[in-house]
Amino acid sequence: MPFGITFDDIRPFIAPVIYALVIVAVLPLMAGYIVLLERKVMAHMQARMGPMRVGPHGLLQPIADAVKLLLKEDITPKNADALMFWLAPLLSVTMALLAYAALPFGPAFQIADLDVGLLFILAISSLGIYGIVLGGWASNSHYSLLGALRSAAQLVSYETAAGLALVSGLLLGGTLSMKGLVEAQDQQGVWFIFIAPFSFFIYLIASIAETNRAPFDLPEAESELVAGYMTEYSGFRWSLYFLAEYANMIVVSGIAVTLYLGGWMRPLSAVHMHIFGLPYELLDLLPALIFFGLAAWCSKLALRQGEQIQKLVMFLFVGMFLVLGAVMAWSLTSPSLMPGIHGAFWFIVKVLVYLYGFLWFRFTFPRYRFDQLMKLGWQFLIPLALVNLVMIGIAIVLVQQSGWPLAIAMIAANVVTLIVAFWLVRQGDKPMIAVLPAEDELPDVGPGEIR
Amino acid sequence: MDPTRHNSTTEIETTVLGADEIILNMGPQHPSTHGVLRVKLKLDGERVAASECIIGYLHRGVEKIAEHRSYQQFAPYVDRMDYVAAVSNGLGYCEAVEKLLGAEAPPRARVVRTILTELQRIASHLVWLGTHALDIGALTPLFYCFREREEILKIFEKYCGARLTTHAFRIGGLQYETYDGFEEEAKRFCDDFAHRIDEYETLLTENRIWLGRTKGVGILSAEDAIALAVSGPVLRASGVKWDIRKAAPYAAYAQYKFEIPVGKTGDTYDRYIVRMEEMRQSRLICLQAIENIPTGAIMARIGKVLKPPPGEVYHAIEAPKGELGYYIVSDGTTQPYRVRVRPPSFINLQAFDKMARGSLVADVVAIIGTIDIVLGEVDR
Amino acid sequence: MMLDSILFYFFAVLAVGSAILMVTRRNAVHSAVFLISTLLATAGIFLQLQAEFLFVVQIILYVGGIMVLFVFVIMLVNLDVAVRQMKFNRQSWVAGLLALVLGGLAIVVFRSGGGAFNLMASPVTTMPPNAEQVGTVLFQKYFLPFEIASILLLVAMIGAVVMAKRKI
Repeated sequence: MPFGITFDDIRPFIAPVIYALVIVAVLPLMAGYIVLLERKVMAHMQARMGPMRVGPHGLLQPIADAVKLLLKEDITPKNADALMFWLAPLLSVTMALLAYAALPFGPAFQIADLDVGLLFILAISSLGIYGIVLGGWASNSHYSLLGALRSAAQLVSYETAAGLALVSGLLLGGTLSMKGLVEAQDQQGVWFIFIAPFSFFIYLIASIAETNRAPFDLPEAESELVAGYMTEYSGFRWSLYFLAEYANMIVVSGIAVTLYLGGWMRPLSAVHMHIFGLPYELLDLLPALIFFGLAAWCSKLALRQGEQIQKLVMFLFVGMFLVLGAVMAWSLTSPSLMPGIHGAFWFIVKVLVYLYGFLWFRFTFPRYRFDQLMKLGWQFLIPLALVNLVMIGIAIVLVQQSGWPLAIAMIAANVVTLIVAFWLVRQGDKPMIAVLPAEDELPDVGPGEIR
Repeated sequence: MDPTRHNSTTEIETTVLGADEIILNMGPQHPSTHGVLRVKLKLDGERVAASECIIGYLHRGVEKIAEHRSYQQFAPYVDRMDYVAAVSNGLGYCEAVEKLLGAEAPPRARVVRTILTELQRIASHLVWLGTHALDIGALTPLFYCFREREEILKIFEKYCGARLTTHAFRIGGLQYETYDGFEEEAKRFCDDFAHRIDEYETLLTENRIWLGRTKGVGILSAEDAIALAVSGPVLRASGVKWDIRKAAPYAAYAQYKFEIPVGKTGDTYDRYIVRMEEMRQSRLICLQAIENIPTGAIMARIGKVLKPPPGEVYHAIEAPKGELGYYIVSDGTTQPYRVRVRPPSFINLQAFDKMARGSLVADVVAIIGTIDIVLGEVDR
Repeated sequence: MMLDSILFYFFAVLAVGSAILMVTRRNAVHSAVFLISTLLATAGIFLQLQAEFLFVVQIILYVGGIMVLFVFVIMLVNLDVAVRQMKFNRQSWVAGLLALVLGGLAIVVFRSGGGAFNLMASPVTTMPPNAEQVGTVLFQKYFLPFEIASILLLVAMIGAVVMAKRKI
């Protein structure tokens, strides 16, 4: 081989490169279907049906949207900074995709098991801010810039809270490597959400704010006065931002699932119930059962379709689910493949559950005003995260040094954190000290006299 | 201050952000101004130092048109002013002309008018709630509200053929008899509606985020409200118990028992509570009216050609948005000499400056929404 | 290994190239972006030296914190006027002279041989996790300086907030 590179040099890179290619290829499609999922969930929560026309039940809608966005005219504002205008969406998407390098989709399906995997993902999230800030700057609009800076300030504030919440989860896991954290939950036999629920709660709120989702989506809202950083972007550039946002959502869900919800482990993984003396466990049949159930439901829906072509597409989905169910069932027989395939299944299911939470919050809650948002971050979440961290730390020391049982120590720690949380909420409800300027401080302009 | 003199670009006076005052222009095309309203804000950092509403983008010369139409011909035009609550506009106009003529609609017509007007009040408040919640960021109440409003519009469509600009009433009474099943459908809607309002309330009333966005925002004191001639839910939320349905009853309101909700502080949250309660009270009025619709004629005997004696009349009703008044001057011919409409939205909009001063920029959208304006009425 | 060298040269060229681009741009935001890429390239070199904690911390703190601050300040202060001004053109001769002197010094130092620096060969064996080592050293050997540095940062934050607020 040229340059003295031997095959042995390349070998460790083959699997990660393949995984990376798979992720980069599949991710835009997944993000597109998550957008469709969001629209369908939004519609059903709002007593309507969502996209129904493009493909049966709107299943081909993301493809139609992608084609439309690609064919749209690419407009660059005249006085915009061309380099930044081109770079900003690129940065957003690159950083969103880069974070997937450390996410463990399964025991063997991880691009890079970094020793500092969790910190790496945090670092990449903090790089994502540049995509927003440079996008707002490059738009050459005063108000886009303000919106972008606000969004960046929001991201930075909630990153601190997210980091502190993750650290308390880290204390329980004892390692920074993502794979190690899932294995630690496996060892302890219980998901960390049950030991440190407040960490999960804080991370949940912080992750919603990190991804600029409602109720923290002021920078993106159309009805607010200040235009968002995405205003001047159209067509493919805008779809890159959009892709970055949904990819980010999946990344933060992935982190929460890995750290708190057991990663790729099956629920109740410590419980082993065997079927009738066979070497297979009852709970391991769940994936196959879920897929067969989905196939049955789709075939029921297929019979209700109006047109032949929609029936056909629906039956294709039935076939797909049957094949997936069969794969899940067959993989039980081969112990080398089973952890990988079932692990990936459970990881994806948990991520979908967390994402459903995201969608649910978006359509239920109104939007926070920017100052209320920052107040929530700095005066509630960060103090609570600090107290939580200290309490978890004390509990761990008590367990390890003084031999307290884990349950008692954790319950005590969480009760203290709960009390502090209520106190903080009570503090936050008190009016702020300097609320409105007094009447005599405002400039003396009568109504209707702005020059 | 006419719109043609100002251009709509923003004048930024300094280049260092946040240190000096900035003039921010909002509209006339904006998702949250509920029509073509242009608002100019002078910002001192994050706070609004002064504001100016520039209207006229929807002026259609309705009052001028009235001078060249006969009284019956003008009736469809009034629907187009407050197009969200067309039935109320029609009620006000028809009653004003009836007053001018000295005629009175028969009892059956008055009760049916009351039912339809109260249904329209509910529909108008539903639109208000949906769009106001949407501006503040709650995406879901809009669809729930419009689902209920759909039922009301179906009733209207079955009654007079139109959903939005209904022209439901005629001078002297009603043209159409109520259709078969009108009472059942109206009653069914009212019965369903009680728990629907509770649905909206669970989403919003106790929600911390909603409270944070609406409590203390856009406060209008009672003295200011009276001084600015504000009327309707805005006035009642500021603590003034004034409702024309009680003060000077018209149509069939004197016969029914209902409460007037009054607020305490006059902030956006109080206006929200007042309007929610008004929807409940409207429902009660409807139920009482449906129980007991008198039989009889639906049209008074006033003849086909209307020539009111020369004179003038001012008749006001409690439209969903406030006091809707018609001042009609007749010179004895078939066409009015002057029709002047007192639009509640136009007068309530004056209070915007008072409410917006000192508030944050992000609250301006909430304040515009809470006044509940319809530009068709503001500009006519 | 050959692959190591390729990666090293990639990061090195990126770092030096970005640095040159950074100092030659007229637009301050462009300079900031190139500084970011320089710092990222340096982080890559840290990773190659198996200092993965330093790699991540470099990104989180330098690029994700300090450079964000720089970029905010650049964007909030309007630089239209500054861009059109002539910058330091009269000192270009002095700058050139100094650059020559520094270059000569560097060459002399390198020529005097490897004994002048302790250049380590790149480690081929795997080292224990860097994060744990840094943590142990920081919290055991350098605990007092760590606490003092924290208090210093706290004082700086409070000072910034006090100066920026209009009313307390």
